Amino acid sequence: MKKWLVSAAIFAFALGAGAASASAEKVKACWIYVGSIGDFGWSYEHNQGRLAVEQELGDKVETVYVENVAEADSERTIERLARDGCAIIFTTSFGYMEPTLKVAKKFPDVKFEHATGYKTADNVTTYNAKFHEGRYVIGQIAAKMSKTGVAGYIVSFPIPEVVAGINAFMLGAQSINPDFKVKIVWVNSWYDPGKEADAAKVLFSQGADIIVQHTDSTAPLQVAEEQGKLGFGQASDMIKFAPKAQLTAIVDHWAPYYIRRVNDVINGTWKSQSSWDGMAEGTVNVAPFTNMPDDVAKMAGETAEAIKTGKLHPFTGPITKQDGTVIGEAGKPLSDGDILGMNWYVKGIDDKLPQ
Amino acid sequence: MDMFYAVALTIMTAATPLLLAAVGELVVERSGVLNLGVEGMMIMGAVCGFGAAFYTGSTGIGLIASIAAGVSMSLLFGFLTLTLVSNQVATGLALTLLGLGLSGLIGEGFVGQPGVKLWSVAGIDPLIPGAILLTAAVSYFLFRSKAGLVIRAVGDSHVSAHSLGYNVIAVRYLCVMFGGACAGLAGGYLSLAYTPQWVENMTAGRGWIALALVVFASWLPWRAVVGAYLFGAISILSYTVQTFALGIPSQFLSSLPYLVTIIALVVISGNRAMMRANTPACLGKPFVPDR
Repeated sequence: MKKWLVSAAIFAFALGAGAASASAEKVKACWIYVGSIGDFGWSYEHNQGRLAVEQELGDKVETVYVENVAEADSERTIERLARDGCAIIFTTSFGYMEPTLKVAKKFPDVKFEHATGYKTADNVTTYNAKFHEGRYVIGQIAAKMSKTGVAGYIVSFPIPEVVAGINAFMLGAQSINPDFKVKIVWVNSWYDPGKEADAAKVLFSQGADIIVQHTDSTAPLQVAEEQGKLGFGQASDMIKFAPKAQLTAIVDHWAPYYIRRVNDVINGTWKSQSSWDGMAEGTVNVAPFTNMPDDVAKMAGETAEAIKTGKLHPFTGPITKQDGTVIGEAGKPLSDGDILGMNWYVKGIDDKLPQ
Repeated sequence: MDMFYAVALTIMTAATPLLLAAVGELVVERSGVLNLGVEGMMIMGAVCGFGAAFYTGSTGIGLIASIAAGVSMSLLFGFLTLTLVSNQVATGLALTLLGLGLSGLIGEGFVGQPGVKLWSVAGIDPLIPGAILLTAAVSYFLFRSKAGLVIRAVGDSHVSAHSLGYNVIAVRYLCVMFGGACAGLAGGYLSLAYTPQWVENMTAGRGWIALALVVFASWLPWRAVVGAYLFGAISILSYTVQTFALGIPSQFLSSLPYLVTIIALVVISGNRAMMRANTPACLGKPFVPDR
């Protein structure tokens, strides 16, 4: 009897709590990060986007985040968030793709947004950014600023996004200096300051005088600063770490997208889609141009503007691949599919692509 | 010559934190204690060292803070495993998890702040020769001094050492603290010399490599130097090889330092007599003195 009373009380309390939260009419938006929000790179920028949502939408929204969620073990975290009443869940790493789809099937009323993937469903959307647009701009700057004509490029894993970045950088550089060379080092990690610093030191000792990175720490730029060389920031503006070395940085800005999508949920206009925003939408940005002569800054600004307005596309055909074959029609950009599945180098890159 | 020097320098900076942590752990294990919390002590050393240097502007104070942080972590380990006789393996693992989490909490405000870099002459900072001198001192101390003999006796047979009147627990406490100091210093080296910044999880598994190096060195200090420099050299050379674009898969090159270390381990363990002579017989075994 006593037991029955207790459970009745719990039930009543739960009802009351449910009614209270419903009356506030807050939409719960949730994020899952693969790293910590203190990585000052990928997860940090996603969290900045979440904070922007909080600021922009104020008390219409309640946000929740879980950091350091291993990709292999993400399903239960996603499911827990869905059970906890999240109306929209952003899963911000490639490896969350399958778990997101699995959980989405069980919770048809919850909206799911998966970053950098390629599988969608009625309640699952993908979103990504055209990072390669920024890399074309820094390629041009590198070719203008390098005295040795060689850039060092530190990379993580041979996935299409990274390969497209290298190619866009090289095409940008070749548009200024057709003989420009790039030396590539794969560190097989997104994030290991020590390894990245070592790779930068090795590349500088091999004749590179500008460092480019597709890894997330500030270490390579610090090495450049110390040795009086130049470099570019990644994901965040890293000028504080290299006031004399950073030429510019490719800065991810997820805030506009996140605000738009959470707003759609509030207004009931959310639809499944695949979003791939770039410089035009403000998702990919370049940090202020520093440590370079005015004419180079002007040129870089014009290139960035041309990409923004759609006049210039980094991958405009015809493009000669490393093996000599040609892809793309003259004057026309490659299809999104070609770029999203890129597994070849452009001509002029000496490295062999790990398969 | 210039390129050679630059590569050699990079190898030294890569090897130094591994060597510092390994030498400390070597003494701990010689006394019969297995502390798997090296990674945790190291990361705490990194964050406290960075913080102290950040607020005071002095890398010297930073390094002292990182040593202090390592020692406090090791005292916690010592209290749990030596005084309360908890399981060393489990406690060590917990210490690593605690260190990784706690350091993230402490370091929240330091993310994105440029650090202070330790001074250096022609690229060589004082801890590079310092680590080697420390190894020499440890080697002399362990094998040429009475105190070293006592430590080894405690590690090989704590019951005998106890019956001879030595305070096993006290000796182990001191060794554990020394290990903590070294691991903390190694962490401080990362955040003050190697890559002067603080980011979460910046040790990136170096504590575990140091632990492996101790076994690789079969508990002999000079071999730890060889191991640390071998590991550092192969990691750096694998990057250098990549820049020549020979088409060797980078995944293979990245795994090379680990492969070579494992092969070396297997080769060394092949010499049974030598392993038996140097492995502390009481490694990881708890000791409760009779009263």
